[in-house]
Amino acid sequence: MGRAIYQVTPPATDRRLARIVLAAVLLLILLPILAGVWQTLRAAAGWMPAIGATDAGLGAFRELLAIPGLARATLVSLWTGVATTLLSLALAAACCIRWHDRGWPLRVLAPVLAAPHAALAIGLGFLIAPSGWLARTAAPLAGWDRPPDIGTLNDPFGLALILGLTAKEFPFLLLMMLAALKQIPLSRHLRSARALGLPEAHIWLTLIAPQLWPLIRLPVLVVLAYSLSVVDVAMILGPANPPTLAVMLTRLYGDPDLMRLLPASAGSLLQLALVILAGAGVMGLQRAIRRHGPHWVAQGNRLPGLTVAMRIAAICGGAMLAMTLASLAVLAVWSVTWRWSFPDILPKALSWRFWARAGQIAGGPLMTTLIVALISAALALAAAIAWLEAEDRRAAPRAPWAEALIYLPLLLPQIAFLYGLNIAALGAGLPQGVALVTWGHAIFVFPYVMIALSDPWRALDPRLPRAAAALGAGPWRILWRVKLPVLLVPVLTASAIGVAVSVAQYLPTLFLGAGRVGTLTTEAVTLSSGSDRRITGVVASLQALLPILTYGLAFALPAIVFRNRRAMRAGR
Amino acid sequence: MRHHLTATLLAAGALLSLNTPALADWDKTLEQARGQTVFWNAWGGDQRTNDFITWVGEQTQERFGVSVQQVKLSDTAEAVTRVLSEKAAGKDTGGSVDLIWINGPNFLAMKEQGLLAEPFLSDLPNAQYLDLSPDAPAMVDFTVPTEGRESPWRLARFVFIHDSERAPNPPSDMEGFVDWAAAHPGRMTHPDPSNFMGATFLKQALVEMAPDPDALQSPVSDQAFATQTAPLWEWYDALRPNMWRQGQVFPENESIQQQLLNDAEIDIALSFDPASAAAAIEQGLLPDTARVFVPEGGSIGNISFVAIPFNAAHAAGAQVVANFLLDPESQAHMQDITVLGSFSVLDPAKLPEGAFADLPTAPALPTLQDLGPTLPEPHASWMTRLTEEWAARYTR
Repeated sequence: MGRAIYQVTPPATDRRLARIVLAAVLLLILLPILAGVWQTLRAAAGWMPAIGATDAGLGAFRELLAIPGLARATLVSLWTGVATTLLSLALAAACCIRWHDRGWPLRVLAPVLAAPHAALAIGLGFLIAPSGWLARTAAPLAGWDRPPDIGTLNDPFGLALILGLTAKEFPFLLLMMLAALKQIPLSRHLRSARALGLPEAHIWLTLIAPQLWPLIRLPVLVVLAYSLSVVDVAMILGPANPPTLAVMLTRLYGDPDLMRLLPASAGSLLQLALVILAGAGVMGLQRAIRRHGPHWVAQGNRLPGLTVAMRIAAICGGAMLAMTLASLAVLAVWSVTWRWSFPDILPKALSWRFWARAGQIAGGPLMTTLIVALISAALALAAAIAWLEAEDRRAAPRAPWAEALIYLPLLLPQIAFLYGLNIAALGAGLPQGVALVTWGHAIFVFPYVMIALSDPWRALDPRLPRAAAALGAGPWRILWRVKLPVLLVPVLTASAIGVAVSVAQYLPTLFLGAGRVGTLTTEAVTLSSGSDRRITGVVASLQALLPILTYGLAFALPAIVFRNRRAMRAGR
Repeated sequence: MRHHLTATLLAAGALLSLNTPALADWDKTLEQARGQTVFWNAWGGDQRTNDFITWVGEQTQERFGVSVQQVKLSDTAEAVTRVLSEKAAGKDTGGSVDLIWINGPNFLAMKEQGLLAEPFLSDLPNAQYLDLSPDAPAMVDFTVPTEGRESPWRLARFVFIHDSERAPNPPSDMEGFVDWAAAHPGRMTHPDPSNFMGATFLKQALVEMAPDPDALQSPVSDQAFATQTAPLWEWYDALRPNMWRQGQVFPENESIQQQLLNDAEIDIALSFDPASAAAAIEQGLLPDTARVFVPEGGSIGNISFVAIPFNAAHAAGAQVVANFLLDPESQAHMQDITVLGSFSVLDPAKLPEGAFADLPTAPALPTLQDLGPTLPEPHASWMTRLTEEWAARYTR
């Protein structure tokens, strides 16, 4: 018997690529995180010889506990984080029930998802401040000649912060839900349950939600971890005296008294504990529902008022989206304003002069943002494609630990390891500046690109690569000539998401960039604590426009590339 | 006119600098500096200052081949931490910070941690226009001797800004704020004392109310702090409930407070730059009716400096920039209300006649007489202590 002329199917398992990809991910993502956490641990234990701290012990924690307002800051963080997550989940679920069979929500969601948190927060601040756009609109009716002295912004209970975070997080969860719905036999279940005459909201709660939950659990934990430890949005919208824990720590890391780095590191561990605690709470809740839920349903129980509550929540979700779009609009209005005093509803004098100077004001940061975003998104995309291709060749489903590894950078609070990572990188003699920042961004871009790409990749019609193999194509040729072209739409979408995630990064740029690397986000956050809303408006508009345009490009490109391939244009 | 002035100044400068013994060294510095890019870490919250720094970079590029890249900070302490983490990592050369706009506690922290370069002020040719005697304002930073480790560039005076239409009769001294706020609840505030300007508001009150103001010039002690600040806290407790948001929330810094004044949320803002009201009006950032006022007994003043870290990659370039900032022509440009409007740090007695004579003026721009006497800053340790005590009392 001679050798076959060609192999009809690829080897059943080929682990070589899997090993290479895993090694790269461990080296480039896990190692820096561990190194960062290790440095933080050492500093929290009082060990930082460079500033003369060689007194190992609990001193740093004692100092942390002595900081005025720490207890309140911690509680406010916990409250805003948990409230944001629950509210986002409720709104997303309600909107999912109402909109799952319609196409337009995705188009409305795109700009909201693309716009960076900081830009949205700045716009929301312009909207809801006591002298903001809403109050200006209400002023003639309420008879205000000066703004009311009420705390609609930076309120001690973090309500403005919860609003701002939810505006951004609930569309993310909604998108995750809409994507997860495709993986379950939704219409079949809906049909049979409706035939039993069950009310719609009840069907979703008892039949769909239990199937959906495992698919959106990690995204929910990501939202939780993010909301508990966010810095830029909390600086703009959050409480001030004391601020949230993460903001307090960021300021502590920047204290002129360098010994404050020790309690800051101890606080980072507290922040980490907070995130773990809240995550454990979610898992505990899941356990309790798993244990008692089926029994509760079997008894024929219903949640009274659920239908009404869901309808109201969906309306709130819609209002939230409108508010978000208004926040982006008010950024644009401020950017072309000259003077706009209270209580004028629109600016008294307009001016293009700040846009005319945009190159001078923000040209450098714009270029840096673009370079960092494109490179980190490209790196993350290459890694994600390699990972998914390796899974194909390995011919085994993803292990839970691998899933956790992918999500790890999003499940840990950034402040727990970024400052430590900076010290570790300096110690290892790595070059500072744009390169380190790009790497730092890629750590956080990779998980999102994986989230965006995994499902479409798995949904690829298996007959296509099989047919190509039957025609004699090797695995690389199949990847290049079959899989990637067919997956062009999701690949472009994932790239756009990668760019948007990179553009939005604040803490990695601040801590890893040695301050030399200014992006639109760091610039916008800095300007938001300045006195010129018009310039802030220009920079924040640019910051929001960049990812929105990228999304637009991701939607437009397939239509151009596949202008003569009708079946390819629809995407997945 | 402008060109004539410039020419005179340059000629005078050239003549004077011939006598400087360090001239040869300075030539060496200029040679080293050529082609360098100086990373100037400076608070970036004020667009006019940012524009001025850009102008400085254009000038030094043109004249000395030294370009300036501003690293915009939201808090100066960020730069201090950066130098520290470089020291922590053993990076003793080629550091990322070349020049820092600094003063007060940040300077003290860097000096104490050994993060500053060797003294360089006397090497700068333009230092001849400064009063260099040991306790002259340009040589002392919050009562701490600078030892020439930082070079002055702009003068700061604490002033209040009020909307003369909405609030025509502002308080005449710090004491008077209690009654004013009681009559106009919710219409005044101050930045969070963890911010420099917020702390300065408290210091201004402390300087006015301390039983023995001289005690503030020495490092703080528990005993002195208790005695000297007792009247301050009594006053503050009376004032706080009538402040904006009942004194529960404070603007992060003076820029945000200025924005609140512009938005009519409050009637009084504060600044460390007497020209800022006039400048802000011209920029469309304050109503035309904004005016400056100063407490009757005078107000705190200090000088902003630039310092060079021990590991600066471009120390020569940084010196060239520091020297350019002291050039009488640069100082006159800086004092121009349409540019920055900051008062000059140079000693008028050492300047050529009429060097600052034809600068423009504006209705909201106070004269030096309007500003009254300059009160000295307390020792830097008082500010730290004051901020901590405020946080302990009012952060719940």
